Amino acid sequence: MKLKVAIIGTGNIGTDLMVKIMRSENLTCTLFAGRTLNSIGMKRAKEMNVPISDQGIQAIIDNPDCCDIVVDCTSAQAHITHWEVLENLGKTVIDMTPAKLGDLCVPALATQKWINGRVDNINMITCGGQTTVPIAYALSQVHKDIDYVEVASNIASLSAGPATRQNLDEYVQTTEEALRSFSGAKRSKAILVLNPASPPIDMVTTIYAKISNPDIDRITESVNNMVDNIRQYVPGYQLLVPPIVKGNTVTITVKVLGAGDHLPQYAGNLDIINCAAIRVLELIAHARKH
Amino acid sequence: MNKHITIHDPTLRDGNHAVRHQLTSNNFRRYCLAAEAAGVPVVEVGHGNGLGASSMMVGEALLTDEEILTISRESLIKSKLSMHVIPGFATIKRDLVKAIDLGVDIFRVAAHVTEADICQRHIEYARNADKNVFGVLMMSHMADIDVLVSEARKMQSYGAEGLVIMDSSGNYFPDNVAERITALVNNLDIPVGFHGHNNLGMAIANSVAAIKAGCSLLDASIRGFGAGAGNTQLEVLVAVLHRLGYTTGIDLYKILDAADVAEKEFNPVAPFSSPMSIISGLSGVFSGFAKHVETAARDYNVDPRDIFFELGCRKAVAGQESIIFEVAQALATSKENVAGSNLTLL
Repeated sequence: MKLKVAIIGTGNIGTDLMVKIMRSENLTCTLFAGRTLNSIGMKRAKEMNVPISDQGIQAIIDNPDCCDIVVDCTSAQAHITHWEVLENLGKTVIDMTPAKLGDLCVPALATQKWINGRVDNINMITCGGQTTVPIAYALSQVHKDIDYVEVASNIASLSAGPATRQNLDEYVQTTEEALRSFSGAKRSKAILVLNPASPPIDMVTTIYAKISNPDIDRITESVNNMVDNIRQYVPGYQLLVPPIVKGNTVTITVKVLGAGDHLPQYAGNLDIINCAAIRVLELIAHARKH
Repeated sequence: MNKHITIHDPTLRDGNHAVRHQLTSNNFRRYCLAAEAAGVPVVEVGHGNGLGASSMMVGEALLTDEEILTISRESLIKSKLSMHVIPGFATIKRDLVKAIDLGVDIFRVAAHVTEADICQRHIEYARNADKNVFGVLMMSHMADIDVLVSEARKMQSYGAEGLVIMDSSGNYFPDNVAERITALVNNLDIPVGFHGHNNLGMAIANSVAAIKAGCSLLDASIRGFGAGAGNTQLEVLVAVLHRLGYTTGIDLYKILDAADVAEKEFNPVAPFSSPMSIISGLSGVFSGFAKHVETAARDYNVDPRDIFFELGCRKAVAGQESIIFEVAQALATSKENVAGSNLTLL
């Protein structure tokens, strides 16, 4: 039996996730619900014989048994009302928006509590969070007292749909909070730049940290291990510039190439948060089988 | 034609770029007092990239936004206090709320010329707080006129009470400015403004072309104090506008006095068009590419200036550094094919 997943939100994130789910041996998408049947995502779902609806969350209210788990790919604002409904229906929800209602989840760091069903609103933070939080955590494994961590992501304009653009503030706040909570850094900052270049740029993210007397050898080892760990579920994750130490600052640049499922390879931002969600879904599917 | 031109003075914001964001509390206090005395209607302050932008990526400011706003607010009475806001750097909760509490009068919410929609919530929030709000389109030369107009109309639809286009690379000539301002004035119901840079020595001429085309708001910095080659020089602009018969509400002698204050405060940094500024202005390319271009030019034995021009043809934007090596390589190859089979590059 495959785990039955409903997706609400048929934009870039939802469509890419749907493609990834349908490729999995353990998962199937049993509902792809949005507000209009004319979108590119809806057409793609129809081609793949995935049940579609233009009724949004109402499609799940009308038929709650259509799915075991719901993935919300709408916006932070919409997720707040969706969660009220889904909580009452007793659904486990993976939240792809930066609404931050549930516990923050990075698959590379800890997965146990998610798959045991102890958390029913799993927040996937942000694309920048999935990219940088594990690296900040790797730094904190070497240096407990990180004063400041800053992450700056450049993503292609074409990869940022309307909800992403509406949610820049939530992106920044949720990424910053996740950085502090996983790395113990006292202060954090997240910056997102949309780049309209043509052809589109790949997602490139730089992580800066202020650490007194950084130990470059141990940092490099810790970061390399973490990159290997992330690559297990995000194959396109690469260390572009290995850790560089200058005085009390550490700089690391990573690049995420997408799998090219919905948008082309440049949209690594789409890929990393979706790969993270797939990882969680696979683990839940595995746990529920046994 | 507008006879009154409203001048916004970003000396204490754009100028912060020129000193790696190290303007001091005395710099802010003394220049605010001088601008106030001269009757400058709007003084923009802050980190070079605006609210919430002090960072390791762009540069950490000496003072916090809170310190800058507190000092500036104390020193400005008639002059309005303005703040530059780039969504993706500044957020409503962390930055705008505090800035409103600290007494900012005007928010200028800015995005790259093709990305106006990231400004919607920030514009709406500031408008709902009864603040005066402008939309700003940066690197405006990089979009065709129809795109520029449609992005500007988005800003207007979000509630912007004025629209400013920035010539961030100092690339425009007066005819380009006139064409763009005319299109904007014809398609918007809100005042239109122009923010010049002086890479090619055109900032004053471009500003004059802008007002002749119907623009009613100009940005200018004292002694041109601003990023790269500097901005439109404020005291020159005031002199020129008055001679052309426009009013600004600014006292000429007192703005000249402010220039003396600035000379003492901001020395030894006086912006000028360096060779790289000129090339950046001509090619319309982000000047921050310079270091990568130099490396690529060495690696492939091509002229860095040729790389800049080719980057301009390809409309390269900041963040697209990877294309530089590709361009250098292509130039090196075409140099070998002297027969000219690959002249499309040049």
